[in-house]
Amino acid sequence: MSELTVSRRGVLAGAGVGIVAAAGLGLMPRNAMATPAQAEAMIKKVAGGAAIKTGKITLKMPEIAENGASVPFTVKVDSPMTEKDYVKKIYVIAEDNPFPEVCDYELTPAMGKAEISMRMRLAKTQKVHAIAIMSDGSVYQATDEVKVTIGGCGG
Amino acid sequence: MSKGSIKFRIPSTATKGEIIEIRTIIEHPMITGLQKNKKTGKKIPRDIINKFVCTFNGKTVMTSHWETAVSANPYLAFPLRATESGKIEMKWFDDDGKVYSASANITVS
Repeated sequence: MSELTVSRRGVLAGAGVGIVAAAGLGLMPRNAMATPAQAEAMIKKVAGGAAIKTGKITLKMPEIAENGASVPFTVKVDSPMTEKDYVKKIYVIAEDNPFPEVCDYELTPAMGKAEISMRMRLAKTQKVHAIAIMSDGSVYQATDEVKVTIGGCGG
Repeated sequence: MSKGSIKFRIPSTATKGEIIEIRTIIEHPMITGLQKNKKTGKKIPRDIINKFVCTFNGKTVMTSHWETAVSANPYLAFPLRATESGKIEMKWFDDDGKVYSASANITVS
């Protein structure tokens, strides 16, 4: 996660004291949470200046997650996944977690279709973003909001 | 199951061009590094699987980078186009340097 690692460190440097203090109490560091603005900046960065469009990508998540420690998600991109036209990369970003980045995927045409499922931790009710970078450089974004009953970031 | 133990489901046969689904789960606590041991008061150091790679006959199918927001005992499902018979290999990379791996053969007709 080369691009994102830099961002995370930036976040850490800015709010490191808060994270350490809050983590020291064994609590979710509310004051050191990522903010939607930071997530937005991260999305702009991974888009690399390309216009961010909607459509093509869908992010399927439950409307309400009783347990934030394990929230299933499926990200799907409408793409033929051929050598000429495929999804290069997908980023998953949770804007109100201690660290906004969840994971990224480097896809190849060998997959045949672009559909990936995993499970993530969500600290609280928030918006989750999925960003697809296509082989032609175009960028698509999907956002879903999940209501979290019990936060699950501490593990 | 213990840390690093892997379960997966990959069909053993497929027709040429069929898109199969690979489903995997690996036992791992995915420790965030944000929590503190209540008894000793010390911070529990981060220990997560930070990378997953799948190859098919030596060619990369997908690489995925994971952060602390990935749930414990990470589950992952993704597709693969069965173009030829061969070996599907998967590797999970732990923060502590360990690499967990699994593989399966598929016959394509």
